Amino acid sequence: MGYVATKGGTEAVLKAEQLVEYFRLRGETEPIKIEQIKSQFRLAVDRAMSEGSLYAPELAALALKQSEGDAVEASFLLRAYRSTLPRLSYSLPANGTRMRLIRRISSTFKDIPGGQLLGPTRDYQPRLLNTLLTSESSETMRRFLANFEKQVESNETDGQSSTFPKVIDSMREQDLLAEAASIGDDDIDEPFDVTRKATSFPAPRSARLQIMARGDAGSLLALAYSSIRGYGDVHPTLGEMRVGYLPIEVAHPLTGESVEIGEIMITECEMVSRVKATGNEEIELSPKFGLGYGFSFGHGEDKAVSMSILDRAISAAKSGKVHGQSGPAADEEFVLQHIDAIEASGFTAHYKLPHYVTFQADISVLERAKDHATAKNAAQAEKQLRLQQKLAKDAQDNTLLD
Amino acid sequence: MVQPEPLEPDEDSGLDALLEQLIGSENVEPDPEQAQIRETLYNFGFIDEDSKREVRRKTLKAVAIPGHLVPFASRDLPVAKGWGTGGLQLTFSIIKPDDLLKVIDQGDDDSVNAVNLRRLIQRTTGVPITTDTTLASIVQTRHRVPEEPMREDQILVLQVPMADPLRWVQPYIERSTEMHAEMDYAPIWVYMYESVVQSGDMDISSQYPVMVEGRYLMDTTPCPRYDVPRLHMSETLYLYGAGREKRIYAIPPYSRVEPLEFEDFPFRTEHKPEQFCEKCGSTNTYLTRHYIEEKQGGEGRWAFFCSDTSYCQKHILMKTGEKAEKVSGE
Repeated sequence: MGYVATKGGTEAVLKAEQLVEYFRLRGETEPIKIEQIKSQFRLAVDRAMSEGSLYAPELAALALKQSEGDAVEASFLLRAYRSTLPRLSYSLPANGTRMRLIRRISSTFKDIPGGQLLGPTRDYQPRLLNTLLTSESSETMRRFLANFEKQVESNETDGQSSTFPKVIDSMREQDLLAEAASIGDDDIDEPFDVTRKATSFPAPRSARLQIMARGDAGSLLALAYSSIRGYGDVHPTLGEMRVGYLPIEVAHPLTGESVEIGEIMITECEMVSRVKATGNEEIELSPKFGLGYGFSFGHGEDKAVSMSILDRAISAAKSGKVHGQSGPAADEEFVLQHIDAIEASGFTAHYKLPHYVTFQADISVLERAKDHATAKNAAQAEKQLRLQQKLAKDAQDNTLLD
Repeated sequence: MVQPEPLEPDEDSGLDALLEQLIGSENVEPDPEQAQIRETLYNFGFIDEDSKREVRRKTLKAVAIPGHLVPFASRDLPVAKGWGTGGLQLTFSIIKPDDLLKVIDQGDDDSVNAVNLRRLIQRTTGVPITTDTTLASIVQTRHRVPEEPMREDQILVLQVPMADPLRWVQPYIERSTEMHAEMDYAPIWVYMYESVVQSGDMDISSQYPVMVEGRYLMDTTPCPRYDVPRLHMSETLYLYGAGREKRIYAIPPYSRVEPLEFEDFPFRTEHKPEQFCEKCGSTNTYLTRHYIEEKQGGEGRWAFFCSDTSYCQKHILMKTGEKAEKVSGE
């Protein structure tokens, strides 16, 4: 069935839609509940929210169900839904120090103010398939939860705060940290909103951060990895990564006072690396560490870490120089134009669209070139033939003269 | 993750039992009997014997050509690449049941990654563990050469994140391989020269490049510069494994290892004689910065401690008159 013929096309599209539904349901297993996706596919939900650029766990779970678990498709659905929502207001700047932490680590110093907090991490778990999960039942689940809660009760530390000061603040106090403005970054009051204004280059740092915060975890990871491997390298060290609940406030529309409207779970990362001497006098007088910032909705460690590396690499590149041979990761325009999964997958997938008209044009260009080449070859061959005939004739003449 | 109750081991299902051993008993203290069981469930040293043989062959080649990067087919381990898989593969390929193992990370026996790697090695080999550098036959380390000098009968296995010292000036492996072959080290000398001119110092804090036996330029892994002089004419075999980068290299005992330096700008370590460890008082060890919390809600403060924790403890015990042997073993 052709998919361009005016009538057959409609039918084909509708049938294809039915087929999608059939492929999703043909196993005849119990329909997955949104609630189950939300709680048991926690990280998939977080990723869809982060790249869909919309903090809505229920909707992200729904999107995942609809997309049969495809991360990019799910964030695409959320991104599209987002366009139906008016932007009512901007939140007040949220301060990471106010996070209610579940995880917090630093690799700059072993003991940091407030201490390290491993929290829920797979980092130290042997990566072996757990076949016991195939026989998991509500019974085993309840038993685990009961045991766990008992442990928590017996470990209860009363009055201990779950908010901590930031490692980079103590680095700042020790005069180790360069402020963003002094390393040649744009100094603007209002953050740039890339969802309301088109970005142009060079982009302000706030635009860069916003694009990366919406960016595809995999793309950010690949580019950050290329930087670590020496293409635009900045030798970063993880100042602090924190995961937890961040209170969000808005200014009350009437009174103007700040009102807390809830908390969102986020991952935040601050990467430090040496600001390289560049001929910028201010820096040369006092060498410091520069800061790269990473952020993700939900629990998204790879993404936050990658983003902070790229932010740092781009800052370093803008201020003059990065270590090693420069590469894509240090090129702001290259990074920002290619890390959005919705944009990238959309345009890549457009090659599945009919290109009958343009391809026909390609063919005629090719045919003309072919004709041209044939004519040229024929002319050449004829010239060659004439030359050979002349040589043969000359040779004959010469023998006659002898 | 929901941790299900361990099932009764099913005799027909070796895999289930295997997985249960590894996953189902997270919080159980390792005991010698269990170590025995594990040996029968796993191949000794996790990876298969053929793979271990390949690693050993490549290690021999690395020893024969000091400082030269030898490619090897790195295997996937149940640990993230970049967290010590190169060191693990070396350790797995050389370890014997009668070895005594020490695993450190940043000089610390108790660091989370050291705990993680040690757990895996112990579960799959059953070898005993020590924290005492002088007692260990194999020390696997990340970032530090232990403070106490090591001997001819010991091996130091280093985990390597970046294998090629030319990475800073040439990220393309194809080109840097040629540069090594032709001993074309001019770009790194220029890099060093520029860093001295621009920052008044070699702007390389760790991974300081060294020439081994006057032939190959070698990456010292993120050891601080402080550890670089201990590579020169060392009694111990140093094995370097980079799992993610798929390279093995080595410094055989009694090899010449010279850090890059200029006549008028000699190599210097970060050692400051006036700094001392606030725990044991050492002035001749590598120190890292720590934050000390104040108990009574007052302001905390920053202090310097030895990064080699077992040496530090030993030093404290020696000062308090007790015998150092008491620190050893676990």
